[in-house]
Amino acid sequence: MELTNEYIKQRLVEKFGENVSDFTEPYGMLTFETPKENNLKVLQFLYDDPDLKFRFLTDLQAVHYPHQQGRELAVVYHLHNMIDNVRIRFKVFTNIETPDVYTATQLYACANWMERETYDFFGVNFIGHPNLKRILNVDEMDYFPMRKEYPMEDQTRIDKDDEMFGRGGTF
Amino acid sequence: MAEALLQHTKEQNIKLPEGSIEKETVTINLGPTHPATHGVFQNILEVDGERIISAVPTVGYIHRAFEKIAERRPLYQITPLTDRLNYCSSPINNMGWHMTCEKLLDVKTPKRVDYLRVIIMELARTADHIICNSVIGVDTGALSVFLYVMQYRELIYEIYEEICGSRLTTNIGRIGGFERDFNATAWTKLEKFLHEFPKALKEFENLLQRNRIFVDRTKGAGPISAERALNYGFTGPNLRATGVDYDVRVHTPYCSYQDFEFNIPVGTTGDVYDRWLVRNQEMWESLSIIRQAYQKIQEFKGAEAEVYHANVPEYYLPPKEDVYTKMEALIWHFKIIMGETEIPAGEVWHSVEGANGELGFYLISDGGRAPYRLHFRRPCFIYYQAYPEMVKNAMLADAVVVMSSLNLIAGEMDA
Repeated sequence: MELTNEYIKQRLVEKFGENVSDFTEPYGMLTFETPKENNLKVLQFLYDDPDLKFRFLTDLQAVHYPHQQGRELAVVYHLHNMIDNVRIRFKVFTNIETPDVYTATQLYACANWMERETYDFFGVNFIGHPNLKRILNVDEMDYFPMRKEYPMEDQTRIDKDDEMFGRGGTF
Repeated sequence: MAEALLQHTKEQNIKLPEGSIEKETVTINLGPTHPATHGVFQNILEVDGERIISAVPTVGYIHRAFEKIAERRPLYQITPLTDRLNYCSSPINNMGWHMTCEKLLDVKTPKRVDYLRVIIMELARTADHIICNSVIGVDTGALSVFLYVMQYRELIYEIYEEICGSRLTTNIGRIGGFERDFNATAWTKLEKFLHEFPKALKEFENLLQRNRIFVDRTKGAGPISAERALNYGFTGPNLRATGVDYDVRVHTPYCSYQDFEFNIPVGTTGDVYDRWLVRNQEMWESLSIIRQAYQKIQEFKGAEAEVYHANVPEYYLPPKEDVYTKMEALIWHFKIIMGETEIPAGEVWHSVEGANGELGFYLISDGGRAPYRLHFRRPCFIYYQAYPEMVKNAMLADAVVVMSSLNLIAGEMDA
């Protein structure tokens, strides 16, 4: 049987009910959202289920949406079922004051550095991570540089008008 | 005199704190700059004699914040950033990025463009594997093979040079196709390469494949099981060496790879020798793909045989002479450069088979001129995590050869 997005969605809804929501299919990839307390349950279910078999963590990263009150940070998981060759993506949102998300390192060894990178750039605190410290930036850094409040260029420069080159202002 | 030296008091020795046990292992700092690490890699090794007890890799020495920079750059200005990820095969990164943009912008490329891209990508893969495999030779003590095949990488770089004008960081191609068609010299150079390289590759193979010293040195070094490799997120030749036949070109064909006949070589034990064999066989497959693509391109007739980019004036910069003489070309040029073209909002995942694994692009656009968020899935950043496990209990000399066999590129790892 071919593993369709429709079937995956049906199985997820059966299992988690209201805890999985916002199903979309941008460019053919099933995307959904789940509360952050639920991320490990979803990962484990997708891993263990004999039909779904999403056993390869392709990618893990975060996105910062400063305008969404209470759900500023999104952690995005890309999973791959290599047998049926289906990819899915799911997101958990967290507020920026207590950005605590459970770690996936127990399930996927490769999540270790991906989560360290996510912590390094966005400050997502992965609970239970064996070695959560900065990886690409220096240890002394006291901010999370990929958050949108840190503009890339020196804002005191007056010889450049950013309005002319893409997004203006801070964000 | 000698007696006086021998009769030194205990106080002259290094003082350990009260009650401490003397350490029996030695800490060695391998890297960050060491001729044997081929790049900026640091490992803090704990060795007992010559046996490695533990390795702690440090990465990030050449982090350049590409993801942050990309949030302020229009799409076409991100291509030079991707050059600097895996700089041994930058055309694959460039093409992967163009295809990500094309997916977002819903641009369909003509078949001829796809085939031209396939030629360039397979040349890049060959160049990358030439380096990696010959460097394994160097690390096991065979410098001559490295110097010998390096000439053929030069031929590949000359082909790039004819098409885009540069060699290492190529910035090749544009959204929708190529900046210019392959010229006659490029085709001649490609024919020359296709004619000469197989002989050299055969010779390269003969020098190493059944070479007793090489085989003894690489067989059983740094093995990893298929299960662990998948758990560690291995992709590319390193995963295939463990026996998993996963190749993005076959599983999710992009750029018309479905039109080509080729095999996916796989190994069994996932040790250094298997990785070497898989890469070597992949070079033969790449050569076959290039020949097929060359054949297919010859078959185009008439106007089709001239096509080298899709008709997307909104994103594809017009030729410079037209900008000076034609109204529309001037308008499009201005709109592209000043960022007035509309870019749709959306989120795209696109991955290509890079030379060392699955290179993924995760692009979120909010409709602004630059990506809202761009993440690169850099294969070697992910699988380098397995290194401590792979060198545990190995000899110190294996640490070096395992590292080179993984095809780690510092530029890609640190992004």
